[in-house]
Amino acid sequence: MARCRRRRLHLSNIYAFKGRKSTFQEDHSHIGGPGFSRVVYCNEPNSPAAERRNYAGNYVRSTKYTPASFIPKSLFEQFRRVANFYFLVTGMLSLTSLSPYSPVSALLPLAFVIAASMVKEAIEDWGRKRQDIEVNNRKVKVHDGNGIFRFDEWRNLKVGDIVRVEKDEFFPADLLLLSSSYEDSICYVETMNLDGETNLKVKQGLEATSSALHEDSDFKDLKAAVRCEDPNADLYTFVGTLHLEEQRLPLSIQQLLLRDSKLRNTEYVYGAVVFTGHDTKVIQNSTDPPSKRSRIERKMDKIIYMMFGVVFLMSFVGSIVFGIETGEDMERNGRWYLKPEDAEIFFDPERAPMAAIYHFFTAVMLYSYFIPISLYVSIEIVKVLQSVFINNDINMYYEETDKPAHARTSNLNEELGMVDTILSDKTGTLTCNSMEFIKCSIAGTAYGRGITEVERSMAMRSGGSALVDDDLDVVVDRSGPKIKGFNFVDERVMKGNWVKQREAAVLQKFFRLLAVCHTAIPETDEATGTVSYEAESPDEAAFVVAARELGFEFFSRTQNGISFRELDLATGQKVESVMFERLAKNGRKFEEKTREHVNEYADAGLRTLILAYREVDENEYIEFTKKFNEAKNSVTADRESLIDEVTDKMERDLILLGATAVEDKLQNGVPECIDKLAQAGIKIWVLTGDKMETAINIGFACSLLRQEMKQIVINLETPHIKALEKAGEKDVIEQASRESVVKQMEEGKALITGSSGTGSHEAFALIIDGKSLTYALEDDFKKKFLDLATACASVICCRSSPKQKALVTRLVKTGTGKTTLGIGDGANDVGMLQEADIGVGISGVEGMQAVMSSDIAIAQFRYLERLLLVHGHWCYSRISSMICYFFYKNITFGVTVFLYEAYTSFSAQPAYNDWFLSLFNVFFSSLPVIALGVFDQDVSARFCYKFPLLYQEGVQNLLFSWKRIIGWMFNGLITALAIFFFCKESLKHQLYNPNGKTAGREIFGGTMYTCVVWVVNLQMGLAISYFTWVQHIVIWGSVAFWYIFLMIYGAIAPSFSTDAYKVFLETLAPAPSYWLTTLFVMIFALIPYFVFKSIQMRFFPGYHQMIQWIRYEGHSNDPEFVEMVRQRSIRPTTVGFTARRAASVRRSGRFHDQLKKNFIAF
Amino acid sequence: MAMTPNSASSSAAASGSADSSASRRNSKRPKYSKFTQQELPACKPILTPGWVILTFLVISVIFIPLGVVSLFASQDVVEIVDRYDNDCIPAPARANKVAYIQGDGDKSCIRNLTVPKLMKHPIYVYYQLENFYQNHRRYVKSRSDAQLRSVRDENQISACKPEDDANGQPIVPCGLIAWSLFNDTYTLTKDSQNLTGQNLTVNKNGIAWESDREHKFGKNVFPKNFQKGNLTGGGNLDVNKPLSEQEDLIVWMRTAALPTFRKLYGKIESDLQKGDVIHVNLKNNYNTYSFDGKKKLVLSTTSWLGGKNDFLGIAYLTVGGICFFLALAFTIMYLVKPRRLGDPTYLSWNRIPGGR
Repeated sequence: MARCRRRRLHLSNIYAFKGRKSTFQEDHSHIGGPGFSRVVYCNEPNSPAAERRNYAGNYVRSTKYTPASFIPKSLFEQFRRVANFYFLVTGMLSLTSLSPYSPVSALLPLAFVIAASMVKEAIEDWGRKRQDIEVNNRKVKVHDGNGIFRFDEWRNLKVGDIVRVEKDEFFPADLLLLSSSYEDSICYVETMNLDGETNLKVKQGLEATSSALHEDSDFKDLKAAVRCEDPNADLYTFVGTLHLEEQRLPLSIQQLLLRDSKLRNTEYVYGAVVFTGHDTKVIQNSTDPPSKRSRIERKMDKIIYMMFGVVFLMSFVGSIVFGIETGEDMERNGRWYLKPEDAEIFFDPERAPMAAIYHFFTAVMLYSYFIPISLYVSIEIVKVLQSVFINNDINMYYEETDKPAHARTSNLNEELGMVDTILSDKTGTLTCNSMEFIKCSIAGTAYGRGITEVERSMAMRSGGSALVDDDLDVVVDRSGPKIKGFNFVDERVMKGNWVKQREAAVLQKFFRLLAVCHTAIPETDEATGTVSYEAESPDEAAFVVAARELGFEFFSRTQNGISFRELDLATGQKVESVMFERLAKNGRKFEEKTREHVNEYADAGLRTLILAYREVDENEYIEFTKKFNEAKNSVTADRESLIDEVTDKMERDLILLGATAVEDKLQNGVPECIDKLAQAGIKIWVLTGDKMETAINIGFACSLLRQEMKQIVINLETPHIKALEKAGEKDVIEQASRESVVKQMEEGKALITGSSGTGSHEAFALIIDGKSLTYALEDDFKKKFLDLATACASVICCRSSPKQKALVTRLVKTGTGKTTLGIGDGANDVGMLQEADIGVGISGVEGMQAVMSSDIAIAQFRYLERLLLVHGHWCYSRISSMICYFFYKNITFGVTVFLYEAYTSFSAQPAYNDWFLSLFNVFFSSLPVIALGVFDQDVSARFCYKFPLLYQEGVQNLLFSWKRIIGWMFNGLITALAIFFFCKESLKHQLYNPNGKTAGREIFGGTMYTCVVWVVNLQMGLAISYFTWVQHIVIWGSVAFWYIFLMIYGAIAPSFSTDAYKVFLETLAPAPSYWLTTLFVMIFALIPYFVFKSIQMRFFPGYHQMIQWIRYEGHSNDPEFVEMVRQRSIRPTTVGFTARRAASVRRSGRFHDQLKKNFIAF
Repeated sequence: MAMTPNSASSSAAASGSADSSASRRNSKRPKYSKFTQQELPACKPILTPGWVILTFLVISVIFIPLGVVSLFASQDVVEIVDRYDNDCIPAPARANKVAYIQGDGDKSCIRNLTVPKLMKHPIYVYYQLENFYQNHRRYVKSRSDAQLRSVRDENQISACKPEDDANGQPIVPCGLIAWSLFNDTYTLTKDSQNLTGQNLTVNKNGIAWESDREHKFGKNVFPKNFQKGNLTGGGNLDVNKPLSEQEDLIVWMRTAALPTFRKLYGKIESDLQKGDVIHVNLKNNYNTYSFDGKKKLVLSTTSWLGGKNDFLGIAYLTVGGICFFLALAFTIMYLVKPRRLGDPTYLSWNRIPGGR
């Protein structure tokens, strides 16, 4: 997609001929019709005609909320969550007389939680708002009607205003270019913010406007109208007409300066505002990324539903018992002290069933403490803080481009720890996308002595099995001063030696072509005189640099300065075969040799481009120019094909010069990173647009493929299909292709089944090309394809379109049900990133689209290792522990409330004071769990790297399995039983202190509550494995705060504190039995967990616990031991260089013997 | 648990390069700090055998003495419990106890209690009710704290329904709790070895919590219209005594947590010798018969820990013992099945299905 577009721009840039005749094509008849209704009255924005149109102003709002809509909209967002809605309902019910507690104590925590979430939203939105304010208040010079330009804020711009934009300023709206500081009214534009491309683009105004308008005063009497298309999101087309002094002139994208792009290399331009504010193309283009929710959160919802079930069940049971006991009061006057004969409906024994139904609602309110009210807000806070850690990780900061990692959404942190399959783009993701000119073939002679990484790895492959340690450093540092984009070494042509070559004339033509045929724009550094180039594609930059280094320096460009034709084969790959066909009879001199070299280069993983030329005489040129201009000025949908047609005629009978080879280097650390990820058990699929040979070679270079892997190649390059293609019958081809693909897939599957049947450790790699993929992804066969692909260790899809990338991603995501991560850097990866569970954008060379649609942006592929293995694992383990703990503590608390009910004949009298109840979740147990979510580290970063398979805990979701969740809930139940029954026994008869006082409800509640606070906080201390000062403060602080709270609350007048008045200082604290009960209960309640954990730690440790042992026992510094543990603790990896080495050792047969020796040694 | 300080090992490289780029202005380089890089010094406890065994031993070492002390404290307490609800109804009336208790006849009853052991003063007198839901929500809520505190608020009776007013006049104290005030009375005399018929004064001062007397029950709030309704509930109050001095009421109004509870009736300020016989002349007024509640009279001394309750002592001893046993069990387990570090099956990741 990106390439096609680029090519389009490309052509329009180059053929920006001056003085072309404007011819009206049919399509301009659309104007005024539907979709083309916009009328802009230039220079008279306030005229009645313009005002009638009432176009939107230039104020741009990127915020989610406005001050007016904030409250309702954010409240709505909050209550869309089922738990929050439940609390809203119970809060409302608490206002009725059904309520077992005071309404304010129920509503305040809810208000607190909702307010916290809303504050978070507001802060996030405030950031956007500040940006808006900054943008909307930028100043631009606007024509005030009398030939004078005054500064005005952007937001005040109206459609039809004439503005003057100075060098290096951003365009405030979509402008129609009227004239510029250049004679021919061209200007250079940087569109980084739009498409991320850093090169400059040329725009040119119409001659009719540029000739008359040169300075401010010229605009005094300007009258013109623009009729054009309605606002739309297409950045690459614009259709309109300019009505100027009886003339009707066609307008195209060439005259439109887009908002958010920047004026460069041009002193100033004048423009008329066409689209403002939200009508501008860039803002029409901005869509909110699809909101993704993590698996853990979805599972958490299930737990919450389960808890609802439990709450309703308990309420139901309670209501039945209550109904029966209430009903019994009827007989014999029963519990006369309750005056049953004179009761309102809630306690009326005569209407016991009705009372039971009312009681049900009361009970639902009372048991709402089973649902952690602060869960959502805590998780949100934790995730934001986790994202801060990701953003601030110095190990994911890329010095060269000054880019730290950036988590654009904090929703998916823990999902990072669960990735099963990575779907990766190749160019720019695995590779640098900074091209280096490394080889060329001129006149049938190959030049260039550089060795590519792929060649090096190939040499290693063929170099046999002597794979020892040194194959680790596949990436060799290149020392010495190096010119970016140039890695060509050949004494035959360098330093002017090419003149001595036999075919010097061809060499000259070749290099001249390199220097001349491109769209790069030179930028001369005035201080040093050196020239640097800004090119659309890194390939082009490499060519120009190469030409310069070889003595053909390109240093300036004007519109008409280049009249050579470039053979624009942007990638070279697509049309290579066509290319040879187009050669003139006499131009095929070096064809065979060149073809050979091109194939060699492709094998070496290089990008190739074939250069040829043609001499054109003047008449032919004039003829061509005319036709080409006509085609170019047409604004129809088939403009493309018209241009193609014209250029097609020109690009015939070419004379071959040679071919270039450009290396797209692997990024630093990619093989190591892939190796680690593979060791972590993550599957890596490469989805690339490259051709098969290149893809396979890159696969070898980054260790995704290795020699003894069986390659299952699926393509349609069979002679049979080719023959059919020549015949050109579409249906037949399709049918045959489909059959062929299916057959190949079945064969592949059979191969794998056969191999696994024999029990050999063979690994398979699937390589499939785009054409076959079309058929493999059809509904009927995609299951088959997925089966085959998941059975293979590596999957490479070459020549795949952006759509196919997205489809494959969806297939993996839905087909396997596992978490997928898409990583890419270009516009062609956007679909894939949005489709995947997590989209990671590489903020690299190709621009910002991928980053803008990603969830997390990193600067280099290798940071993925840290992102997943360290941050992903941590976030996953933290969030899952956090959620488990949350339910644990609420069950502990809730069950004590429920058990007490059993002793009040289920009358829904809470065991605790209203405020104790409502503040439990907010104050006495919330901070430690947040600290757990933010800071806990089961295993330090160093060990995460050392034992990558730890990552499987997340992939298999061991830490958030139902077993663990239920286990924690069970622990909560045990704790609650212990707390309740021991407190009850210990306070039996409530003969309480040495003064013979007995204790009532408030003392029972206070003692039990103290135990709950102690136990849940100590439990936290037992559960975490990483104690920093933060943990100490929050855990001990929470307990201390409970006592402080009791004292403060007890000191408030009894009208407010009711039965908690002086309860601590007067009754609890002086009584030794209070302290003894607390101590006993809290130790006892923790013993079951402690025993469980001791046994598990020692005899059934989880993987992270094994690593804790290794750290503890100090074996981590014993390389031999660690290596052995790593080897044994992982399943046999099939990709990555570790696997390669292991395979080579296995081949030599020493592997197992060696290991056996090791076991004996330990 | 092993407390090993974290040496923040992986930070060395990062911190080195942090300084060099500090000079670069406007760099987006994250600032290095131990906090942001998640390298705070921390102890990373692990449940090693040593720590597990030590923990259990420490618990048992602390718990067993505590248990012994608590148990002794509880054993020191002398307690006399006498259930009288059944026996205090004359045999002929036992067929319909409710009718008897609601009838008008004299409900006096004499109980004789023998002191089993020397009881040092103060000796506390309690009544114990069972199956009485003082913690029922309807009951707990049926009171007006404002009214109890101040005369001005005597009309705040909305929470007291249905026992809120009598003929339009607010009842003070209103509500079901006050209405159902316990009204059995005990008069105690003592036969010791040489003297018979000694009066035992039961001191009713200071049986309520001080905060209740001082802050919750007003000094100038007097009972009004109490027990004037068409149905009499429990005991009556002396209209000439302010609520803050009606300690029986104050004790009663502090509702019990569980359906079985004791409430302080009074204190005996003299010692009781072993073998003394106490004659309790009680008025069996309170109706617990309609809901099958029990009534008991309790005389008890106290220890530093409170009343007679072996639970804490036994619990401490048991858990201390269990912990000691667990310490032994873990020691044996660790000895019998030592962790073999090189054990490949032990450290393998066998749970992964499939080998690809």
